[in-house]
Amino acid sequence: MGAELGKYKSCVSARTTDKEILKFSQDGGIVTSLFGFALDTGIIDGAIVAANKEFYEKNPSKCILDNSNFEMIEPWRPIPAVVNTKAELLAAAGTKYNISPNVALLKEATRAFGLDKIGIVGTPCQMQAVRKAQLYPIGFRDVGASIALAVGIFCMENFPYQGILQLVEDHAAMKLDAVKKMEIGKGKFWVYGKRGQVVSLPLKVTHKYEQPGCHVCLDYVANLGDISTGSVGSPDGWSTVFVRSKIGDSVWAKAMAAGVFETQPIEKVKPGLELVTKLANEKITKNKKTLEGRATFGVGKALRNPYI
Amino acid sequence: MADKITVGYTHLSGCTGCTVALADNYGGLLTLLDKYVDLKYMPTLADARHIQKVDVSFVEGSVCINDKLAVEEIKETREKSAVVVALGGCACYGNITRFGRGGQQNQPQHEAYLPIGDLIKVDVYIPGCAPTPQMIRNVAVMAYLLLKGTKEQKDLATKFLTPLMKATETTSACFCDLMVKVINQSLCMGCGSCAAACPVNAITMEYGKPQGERDLCIKCGACYNQCPRAWYSFDVVDNYEAINEAIMAALQ
Ligand SMILES: Cc1cc2nc3c(=O)[nH]c(=O)nc-3n(C[C@H](O)[C@H](O)[C@H](O)COP(=O)(O)OP(=O)(O)OC[C@H]3O[C@@H](n4cnc5c(N)ncnc54)[C@H](O)[C@@H]3O)c2cc1C
Ligand code: SF4
Ligand code: SF4
Ligand code: SF4
Repeated sequence: MGAELGKYKSCVSARTTDKEILKFSQDGGIVTSLFGFALDTGIIDGAIVAANKEFYEKNPSKCILDNSNFEMIEPWRPIPAVVNTKAELLAAAGTKYNISPNVALLKEATRAFGLDKIGIVGTPCQMQAVRKAQLYPIGFRDVGASIALAVGIFCMENFPYQGILQLVEDHAAMKLDAVKKMEIGKGKFWVYGKRGQVVSLPLKVTHKYEQPGCHVCLDYVANLGDISTGSVGSPDGWSTVFVRSKIGDSVWAKAMAAGVFETQPIEKVKPGLELVTKLANEKITKNKKTLEGRATFGVGKALRNPYI
Repeated sequence: MADKITVGYTHLSGCTGCTVALADNYGGLLTLLDKYVDLKYMPTLADARHIQKVDVSFVEGSVCINDKLAVEEIKETREKSAVVVALGGCACYGNITRFGRGGQQNQPQHEAYLPIGDLIKVDVYIPGCAPTPQMIRNVAVMAYLLLKGTKEQKDLATKFLTPLMKATETTSACFCDLMVKVINQSLCMGCGSCAAACPVNAITMEYGKPQGERDLCIKCGACYNQCPRAWYSFDVVDNYEAINEAIMAALQ
């Protein structure tokens, strides 16, 4: 294959030097630190992230809610939000394993929220959406040039909210509002409770709850982020980082010069790029098969293929 | 640059929002006119209004089939243009003019409006209500490269324009396209592009999937065409950085 990791200028294993961020972040705190640095230095004037109910309660003007009443918002349901400070970034740090439609805020960020230089974090498919919006801005007037830093996060699959509900409450037998962190790694789905309890589920239990739209997805490592990052490939608490575009290169160099991250060469860490490559190939191969299957799904009738 | 393409602009039942969007390219529009485009006729921005033989014509608005002049104009546009571009939701899909029922002053008998693709063959769509200045700019630059560029530029322009050519196979649009062609086909991944693209905020994201307020929908087609799971070309989008740079350089 060869293209499974996308184009990149450099790749390192990295971790933030800010101990406070590490308390809240999912992995090496790359996303939160990058946006924090970009806010401090004026590279961006706000970032679109995945916040939650507590955040919304304190900052209702920073989110746009769907049709739910406030009372209806469940724990661990992501709410896309525009944040402008480190404290707000920290409140939205960490992975929510269900869908946060961050691109839904991308136009409004330049309107009601008044941003000229937007940061946005998202899954590989959301990075695809951002780049399509720049090249084919059918409904994104005056937005494309305002996207100042798009950070992609690796993604094998996502879940509908109700899938996470079933995994955590039925399979792992924990209440969602008692959960501190969720994580997928080492072949398992991990649920960490606020009281210190840890439950892990084999990944095969999780598969049936995956968002079906993920099964045609051909990008694992966010090929279209300016910078993209994930845990896979690096030691615990560290992140694998691909610096991809000119924008990404410039922001990363400035952040390194300012001492925002400590790094190790990716060649020196275990399990390294070998595992990233393997997982990327597995995802792409499996999902290409799904696409082939869709072509002969019915009797002489295909399901639609979005890729031209 | 001597090698300009000739362009015309036919204005049918449209609100002039498309014209304004084109003009909102400001300096970019002047560069286009200076370097690449010889604007032969256009009701607002050129002296000549009458349809002439051109390489590319842009059509704003749908066709009122009760208006003889409009029907003649769209046919003449087709006959005299090598490439016809439907500009904006009304020309592509009927859009808000789909809701026309006649009875308005001073032409109450004008009641039926069709997207231009129901009367003529259309080559390229630029959907959106209004279409965005940047989308018009990108298509204009690509159309130029297709007609006058080097071989590589022609290849790139073909790839870029292909989805917008294929889009001409349909002449109606609605929020329902997301239900029928994306969600029902198990393709939606919840990015939210559709909600951002909708000009009338008819779409909210409920648990990561679009929910349409169908009474608000004006049938413009922006949501579906913006959706990465409606159509998506890796050949084009993977090279977003180089293409963006090329477009910006062309307008320097
Ligand atoms: C659905 C999903 C699947 C993933 N799968 C993998 C995987 O297979 N392999 C791998 O290595 N990494 C995966 N990741 C990425 C990983 O979990 C971390 O998010 C990533 O390493 C960033 O960690 P960090 O410490 O740098 O970020 P942090 O500093 O913790 O910041 C994370 C940022 O991501 C935002 N965010 C959280 N949830 C979402 C969401 N659902 N959608 C969009 N933005 C969100 C947060 O608001 C925050 O700004 C996945 C992430 C998600 C959301
Ligand atoms: S697997 Fe693909 S489609 Fe699904 S959330 Fe991740 S990036 Fe998006
Ligand atoms: S839902 Fe909005 S974007 Fe989609 S067709 Fe209707 S008006 Fe246009
Ligand atoms: S743009 Fe397409 S994939 Fe994204 S949320 Fe809307 S329907 Fe789903």
